[in-house]
Amino acid sequence: MSRPEDTLPPDLFYNDSESRKYTTSSRIQHIQSQMTHRALSLLSLRSPSLILDIGCGSGLSGEILSTFSPETNPGGPHTWIGLDISSSMLAVALEKEVEGDLFLADAGQGVPFRPGTFDAAISISAVQWLCNAESTEESPAGRLSRFFNGLYASLRRGGRAVCQFYPKNDEQKKMVSSAAVRAGFGAGLLEDDPGTKSAKTYLVLTVGGGELDG
Amino acid sequence: MKLLTLNFLTCARKACKATNAAFPLHPKDAELEIVEVELSPLFVRNILPRVEWEALRTLCQDLGLPQLPATAPEPGELFTPNPSDGVEGEGIEEVGEEGEPTQTLKDLHHVLLETTIREGKLVCGSCGHEYAVKEGIANFLLPSHLV
Ligand SMILES: [Zn+2]
Repeated sequence: MSRPEDTLPPDLFYNDSESRKYTTSSRIQHIQSQMTHRALSLLSLRSPSLILDIGCGSGLSGEILSTFSPETNPGGPHTWIGLDISSSMLAVALEKEVEGDLFLADAGQGVPFRPGTFDAAISISAVQWLCNAESTEESPAGRLSRFFNGLYASLRRGGRAVCQFYPKNDEQKKMVSSAAVRAGFGAGLLEDDPGTKSAKTYLVLTVGGGELDG
Repeated sequence: MKLLTLNFLTCARKACKATNAAFPLHPKDAELEIVEVELSPLFVRNILPRVEWEALRTLCQDLGLPQLPATAPEPGELFTPNPSDGVEGEGIEEVGEEGEPTQTLKDLHHVLLETTIREGKLVCGSCGHEYAVKEGIANFLLPSHLV
């Protein structure tokens, strides 16, 4: 199977029919919501927070963030802001009347929020797209660095981010996590079901200095 | 786009990031819409210290919304004193330890979370770039020469 990010940039890949397919496939929905719950538990938010969703797509994760649940979202309901590069995906989110604010934006161009905006950030199946450069002016390393630098600055001290992504290989895994570390994050890679077809990689990022500089 | 979001948004251009004029972005030809959102008193309390009050106040003025007080409300103005304070037992489950949300909190909720920009543009005070807002979605994709 060819990986979608190897064929076309995401704004072209997720055209209207792909977007619909992606959001209506119940298998994908199930996996997506499972991963969102996993990411949420890794964020361990204790009260209603402001969350950035990078690559929010049609808002599948956002719907979970918006819903309080004593078992799976005890700190919620959270308020979220979602970025996505695909306008067709966002159109589906709009149709569903999701509660978060939506931005048509390329995370590889940075994160346009003032310092210390978010309590936390979440990203499900999106960061691998940043490893593609779509023009000669951009390199994957440059895009990753702009993204993680922007993300780091936009989180409050003591904030956390969890990015689930599909690395193509170990080299890419390393490239992504070292870009995060260079931006200032404390970073850990967590793998669920390693070595299986359903292996999931989570990059768990922390911003230090919660008490030091408020 | 909620006014809350606009209160945190800056110009996306690298050249603007370091300048003070890249925040706040200024709405132009804005069409507002009120979208009801369930009240989350704890969220309002959480976010208030991060809100740039002066920017919010100016924004409300520019949009012709009711004027906000000169300074941000104190945390103590957000909840009524809890009648069960110091009393064991009932009432705690329903409202938590905070007491009832005050009208001040509800007004903040309305301004920040229910007042939205549906159509219009957001203009950077530094570079003059205009970000379009359509159906509440802001377009922050930069052409490569502006990145
Ligand atoms: Zn600008």
